[in-house]
Amino acid sequence: MHKQALIQYLLLLGDSALVQGQRLCEWCGKAPALEEELALMNVGLDLVGQARNWLDYAAELQGDGCDADALAFRREERAYRNLLLVEQPNGDYAVTMLKQFLYDAWHHAMLDGLSASDDERIAGIAAKALKEVTYHLRRSSEWVQRLGGGTEESRRRMLEAIPVLWRFTVELTVASDSEVQLAQAGIAADPTQVAQRWHATVEAIFASVELPLPKAASHFYLDGRKGLHTEHLGLLLAEMQFLPRAYPDATW
Amino acid sequence: MRPGELIAGDRGARALRDGDLGQAWAVLAEVMDPEVPVVSVVDLGIVRDLDWRAGHLHLVVTPTYSGCPATEVIEGDIRQALEQAGFAEPALERRLTPAWSTDWISDQGRERLRAYGIAPPAGSASLRGASPTVCCPQCASSDTELLSQFASTACKALYRCRACLEPFDYFKCL
Repeated sequence: MHKQALIQYLLLLGDSALVQGQRLCEWCGKAPALEEELALMNVGLDLVGQARNWLDYAAELQGDGCDADALAFRREERAYRNLLLVEQPNGDYAVTMLKQFLYDAWHHAMLDGLSASDDERIAGIAAKALKEVTYHLRRSSEWVQRLGGGTEESRRRMLEAIPVLWRFTVELTVASDSEVQLAQAGIAADPTQVAQRWHATVEAIFASVELPLPKAASHFYLDGRKGLHTEHLGLLLAEMQFLPRAYPDATW
Repeated sequence: MRPGELIAGDRGARALRDGDLGQAWAVLAEVMDPEVPVVSVVDLGIVRDLDWRAGHLHLVVTPTYSGCPATEVIEGDIRQALEQAGFAEPALERRLTPAWSTDWISDQGRERLRAYGIAPPAGSASLRGASPTVCCPQCASSDTELLSQFASTACKALYRCRACLEPFDYFKCL
């Protein structure tokens, strides 16, 4: 029971990083500036690397001979446990950067808590990732401020991005029962603390450029933790998984 | 293989044994980072430990960034260099804890980065996420500005010197 809950938790961490990384890499070749292209790819690369560390561990616990690659490339969308937020399409740069910021604020709080996990493997992966995500959060925070407090056009775009993404933030502040139990066992990050820190970060950055903070989002019929995704994830996976599924013996 | 040889020599098979750790470190000091080919894996501080286990060299390697695409290349380069020097079948262990830190880059590594045109980390890893004063690796001026928090690789940021106007990479504190 405990082991199954832990695997699901590792998939939440790994799948979210993987899907967010994949979305970022969709900007490859068409970012608005060369510096931004480099930044988007580098953040994506960090996330894919972190995803591999989480999925490696999940695969080992599963113990059925599959590895991180098999988890990434041979699972259907219903088996993915990522946050609904990160599977949303990139849209314009306001949607892309707001999505990154809302995720980073959660990710940073999660990793900070996980660095102190009693599970040494988790603490090690998290401590390493936390260093990298500190830079991600700083960058995305500045972009929300730059667009939100920039020109009339950039502010209009940021104001429009908020309602597009906000409903999905419910998953950043509400955890499953099994996560609460894992946290009580000293393994998972305390969901209450993660929610408080996420809210404090978002509130402060929004307030700094006078962006209106919507009221807390509430659950609806989809739930990434249960594998109930928006249609966007299936399309993303179709592209991401095409090559290894079409050519299962392909290697670098 | 040397020119003129028809088959690979047996130099690689010459088994080195205990007491050759100094030689192994010397070999590693010549294995360069593929993306910054002036700093070695020893200068970068990613080789954490080296000893003999059951007749084979055993190395502990700590990758820099989680997603660093050079990780596998570096491990392959290390293995190849050691085998060519006569250390048969070295065992590499990848260790994540404690996480790699720029504090582990040697003084020599920092100087080599600077000479190569990359500003080394300005201070300790505790400055991660902050905006420290970064000096231009070309003219040493401290009058510099951040252009982008990510540069040619995730471990670097892009700066510009206001004194000599050169843009340059800065190795971020991690």
